[in-house]
Amino acid sequence: MYNFEFENPSSIAEAVAALAEEEAQALGGGQTLIPTLKQRLAMPSKLVSLAGIAEMKGVSIADGMLTIGGGATHAEVAAEACPPLAALAGQIGDPAVRNRGTIGGSLANNDPAADYPAAMLALKSTIVTNNREIAGDDYFQGLFETALEEGEIITSVRCEIPEGANYQKFVQPASRFALVGVFVAKYADGVRVGVTGASEEGAFRWDEAEVALNSNFSAAALEGLALDAEGMMADIHGSKAYRAHLVGVLTKRAVSAV
Amino acid sequence: MTKVSMTVNGKAASGEAEGRTLLSSFLREELGLTGTHVGCDTSQCGACVVHVNGVAVKSCTMLAAEAEGAEVATIEGQAAPDGTLNVIQQAFQDHHGLQCGFCTPGMVMSAAALLKDNPKPSEQEIREYLEGNLCRCTGYHNIVKAILAASGQDASAIAAE
Repeated sequence: MYNFEFENPSSIAEAVAALAEEEAQALGGGQTLIPTLKQRLAMPSKLVSLAGIAEMKGVSIADGMLTIGGGATHAEVAAEACPPLAALAGQIGDPAVRNRGTIGGSLANNDPAADYPAAMLALKSTIVTNNREIAGDDYFQGLFETALEEGEIITSVRCEIPEGANYQKFVQPASRFALVGVFVAKYADGVRVGVTGASEEGAFRWDEAEVALNSNFSAAALEGLALDAEGMMADIHGSKAYRAHLVGVLTKRAVSAV
Repeated sequence: MTKVSMTVNGKAASGEAEGRTLLSSFLREELGLTGTHVGCDTSQCGACVVHVNGVAVKSCTMLAAEAEGAEVATIEGQAAPDGTLNVIQQAFQDHHGLQCGFCTPGMVMSAAALLKDNPKPSEQEIREYLEGNLCRCTGYHNIVKAILAASGQDASAIAAE
């Protein structure tokens, strides 16, 4: 690792001020950033830890709305969020990683195979930052690209609690990321299907599946629906066609499990 | 360099650390607690697992500065002061839960974290909890047996497949 200064603010305002410095970088739980720094793939002058900010902690449920602090760890989400999202968080990495990694850090990084983006697209989410609110549908903008501006911090995330939901993850066992993951959420006004790990353009909503499920919420309604393999990612673990096929299989499993 | 202070195994400990100093390096090189092992340095293997404020973390993927003021527990604090092994360590010995021993500090610390939250885990729960701890010698059966035994459960049913 290149060396850097370390700062540990105790409020959002102090963190924002510290991040205004050139080449300063926010540090969530560090479970992606520290390995990245070890490989010298980033060279921040200063790391600003968000772990000591009390106003970014906690998980709460009120009036059909789930609110999760940006600094909540995956372990806290797994213990305290509504069941489908808790189950998703409990499958991230391993127990020690879940005790450090945070939802805000994961969403800011927007790894194309991370689990949360599928859920945030399906759960009518709002990403709350230090200076604005961003609809989940507008937040994810491609591989590792988000709507966040330089120095902007995710302070919390809000999700509308659905009537029913389920996340199906096909685990890549070496990295423990999703080879493909599908989150299906059913609301009174419609079904939403969020997909991660599949597209070259990052997490997305599978519109055709949503239309089919709106008229008939059953795995059978998805028969014959196929994603175009052309836009899918490919690596040694799975070809484009394999990933496109997995999206269909996992969506059916998720619908059956809701 | 700045001064970093924490409580390690119940005793106040402090030392010098750069911003980039990892907690694993701080424990091993600054405090001389070399029981915490660094296997992969990429947060895959879990040999470096310690407890910070009561939860298991990979100390190679946490900065020493992040542990400022924290309560840290390492393998050195597990046995009694006279060297008597704790129940988990004794079970690892009784059930031959180690061969080369390199992964063992992390295995014992992960097992301790598991049993704190879940005093009677099933075999499946133990295997899932150890997902982030790699052992290249044992094939895990004897580690799972040791943790079952340490939790006061019958370990005899676990057969090598």
